[in-house]
Amino acid sequence: MKIMQINAEKCVQCGACMSACSSAWFKEDSVDLSRVKVETVTGLPHFNICSQCGACMAVCPTQALERDANGVVQIRKDKCVACLMCVGFCPSASIFFNAEKQTEPFKCIACGICAKKCPTGALTLVEVKG
Amino acid sequence: MEMKPMKLLTEWTYEPTKIHRGYSKETLYIGLGNKDGKYSFEKRPVSEDMIEKFTGGRGFGLRLLWNAVKDGTKWNDPENEIVIAGGPFCGITQYPGAGKCYTVFLSPATKQTYNSNAGGYFAPFLKFSGFDALELQGKADRPVVVFIDGDNFKVQIFESTLEDINAYYVSEELHEYFSNNGADKHTISVVSSGIAARTTYCAGLNFSFYDTRRKAARLKQAGRGGGGTVLFDKNVIALVVKRTHFTGNENDVADLDTIQKIGVSLHKRIHDNDDKQCKMRSVGTAHLTEIMNDYELLPVDNYKFGHHKDIDNISSHAYQKLFTQGMADGCWYGCSLACAKAVDHFPLQTGPWKGKEVVVDGPEYETAASLGSTLGIFDPLWTVEANFYADHYGLDTITIGTGGAFVCECYELGLINKEDTHGLELNFGNKKDIMELIHRVASGADDFAIACGKGIAEAREYFAEHYGADLATMKKIGMEGQGLEVSEYRCQESIAQWGGYFLTLKGPQHDEAWLIFMDMVNKQLPTYKDKAEALFFFPCLRLWFSLQGLCKLPWNDIEPADNGLKYKGIEAAKVPEHFKNYIDIYTAITGRPLTPDGLILQSEKVYNFERIFNLRMGRGTSAYHEIPDRALGPVWEDEWNSRPEYFDEKLKEFGVDISGLSVKEKIAALQQNRRKQWEDLKMAVYKRRGWNKNGIPTMETVKRLGIDYPDVVELLKKHLKPEDEFEA
Repeated sequence: MKIMQINAEKCVQCGACMSACSSAWFKEDSVDLSRVKVETVTGLPHFNICSQCGACMAVCPTQALERDANGVVQIRKDKCVACLMCVGFCPSASIFFNAEKQTEPFKCIACGICAKKCPTGALTLVEVKG
Repeated sequence: MEMKPMKLLTEWTYEPTKIHRGYSKETLYIGLGNKDGKYSFEKRPVSEDMIEKFTGGRGFGLRLLWNAVKDGTKWNDPENEIVIAGGPFCGITQYPGAGKCYTVFLSPATKQTYNSNAGGYFAPFLKFSGFDALELQGKADRPVVVFIDGDNFKVQIFESTLEDINAYYVSEELHEYFSNNGADKHTISVVSSGIAARTTYCAGLNFSFYDTRRKAARLKQAGRGGGGTVLFDKNVIALVVKRTHFTGNENDVADLDTIQKIGVSLHKRIHDNDDKQCKMRSVGTAHLTEIMNDYELLPVDNYKFGHHKDIDNISSHAYQKLFTQGMADGCWYGCSLACAKAVDHFPLQTGPWKGKEVVVDGPEYETAASLGSTLGIFDPLWTVEANFYADHYGLDTITIGTGGAFVCECYELGLINKEDTHGLELNFGNKKDIMELIHRVASGADDFAIACGKGIAEAREYFAEHYGADLATMKKIGMEGQGLEVSEYRCQESIAQWGGYFLTLKGPQHDEAWLIFMDMVNKQLPTYKDKAEALFFFPCLRLWFSLQGLCKLPWNDIEPADNGLKYKGIEAAKVPEHFKNYIDIYTAITGRPLTPDGLILQSEKVYNFERIFNLRMGRGTSAYHEIPDRALGPVWEDEWNSRPEYFDEKLKEFGVDISGLSVKEKIAALQQNRRKQWEDLKMAVYKRRGWNKNGIPTMETVKRLGIDYPDVVELLKKHLKPEDEFEA
């Protein structure tokens, strides 16, 4: 299963990961639209990235959340009715929404774009046992 | 057995109107003819006046039914309609409980208007097909299935080939029949009833949704008032709607961002708090049984007693074990409260499907009590079986439970005997014979079973006439009002709840006001004025849900964790943050501003219109606001003796010297004093509601509400008498 691994001690809070993510998926440099979130909490970086745990899959009424071949939890837009229950029930609050951009929620799909732009190796795309 | 192809009798195509800000502003009229095969279809516009005065849902239903019927129309006349409508909230997916539909019709049970609601996907799919409401009028000349094809914008009427009219069979077959190779069953919703609709007055409407995880049709009931009986009388075996494609913003709302933010906050609250509060996600409403037992509110043996030693058998723990856990049990998309619990792989022990494994929807609390403690039965497996067959046959579980309990007490009192019942021994708790009675009532097996299926008000007349049973005794113990059986809460010790049940529009159903804790436990309604205010406000608040297409449960069956700290007393009971959610979402959907007072005003218009409608149908006056003795207090000595000190104390509070009084005399004295309180309550409530002493809205009230239509004014002029006016 592919996930984004966090190496918090390497993070310099530059925001390049969020810029890369939102630019790639929404064509806009915006923290709100990023699927990875890095906030500063008491001076330290606090990461909020989907761990691909799959808790959201159980609550989805349309079974729009599915694991792909890499074990990554994907939102199938054609099945999603935008109820946002997955957002409310995500144990780490790692699913996001923005009505101006799209009705459906969005989340990290372990694409690795953020890791490629990370200058310090604070984020890496790794394979773990599911 | 595979269903045979159905012959298309007629079809009609339409140009759909896109929904904008919660309304399509069009309704669908389907005329079935008068047993002559003359079908007709029409799109009808929704006026701005209709939106302003009636809002949607039940309001639209009442307005359309008013236009459809004549003053003397009876429930089985062809001009009676079944109107099904959601409301502006209906079909939004971001806030829990927004898939409800409200049915309105003239009821065989109450002989006046009735409204009954259900979850399932029918109302949202109807709306997405282009209609704010559906009117079904007339009578088909043969059994038919009505199909609204929201994908191809057609309405088709087929000659039914269904070999069984019971609900689970009909629903499963039609989900299959109208699907594309079975792959899109979830895009279909079916409305059906069952064989009970042939002879009973309490057949409900089953609304389906397809559970993709269980791969089964699930049924939610608009159970009360006899809507299924009306559907069958129209020769309609099922209504079907199909709508394959829709988005999360099919309502084209004014402000999706606000709705999403409010919706997510409630999802999160349910995620965090439900396990600590009502456990709706694991037990549904069945979590209430032990709470009701603790407060003497659980109806036991026809409401004689309020608790029972065997409560643990039917407690939330017992049902939690039976319900499959961890399922997405919402009855419309986005309902994270997920109270639509089910028992899977249940092997039926009796009846036509004996030996078959089925999915059973529920039981919910009302059924756990009505087909349980009320009948003196504390066996959850028996209740699950009875629940299945009641739904399958179309029997309303509350009516058949409360009605059955009345029959059991008549049997135990010797008012009816084994010969009358055709061999059934109907003592409380006799599971085998009571289950057999349910099967017999549904099939109309004999004269006794048919009489039972007509409800308490008609059954007791039959028992008196044919079996010589004493009518006065039966009136004391029969838990009904306005022809409707009481739902499953004992109200004896709460004066306010006497009104919550018996000063209602349609009869003693718990969806107007549930004030027992506020009144009896927390003592927050000490005066008649306080009680009357609560009996004005809460019925209006709850009615508002019926205008919008909303379920009541997400209002107060989940609360902010600090609700009780931030707000006190009655304010806390209003759950102010959720109240505000509704106001904000209403505006975000419709783009129309709304204030808290404006919300209540929307309801007040419809509340009064419905009251006047019932007046038009020959009811709707003080004479029909009656309460049986059993609802006021003990009727027999064993009831008094179950809590003698408590009742002695209650009697002394009236200033009665109880020394030397027999229990029988004490009962009579308590009843006499409480009946005086009932009359005082009635007058206080009528006054607060803007009605006269006869329970009729005054001319001033209808003018203030803007519902002073010429026919309304004319009707009121006939009934408003100077001697009934309250002193200024």
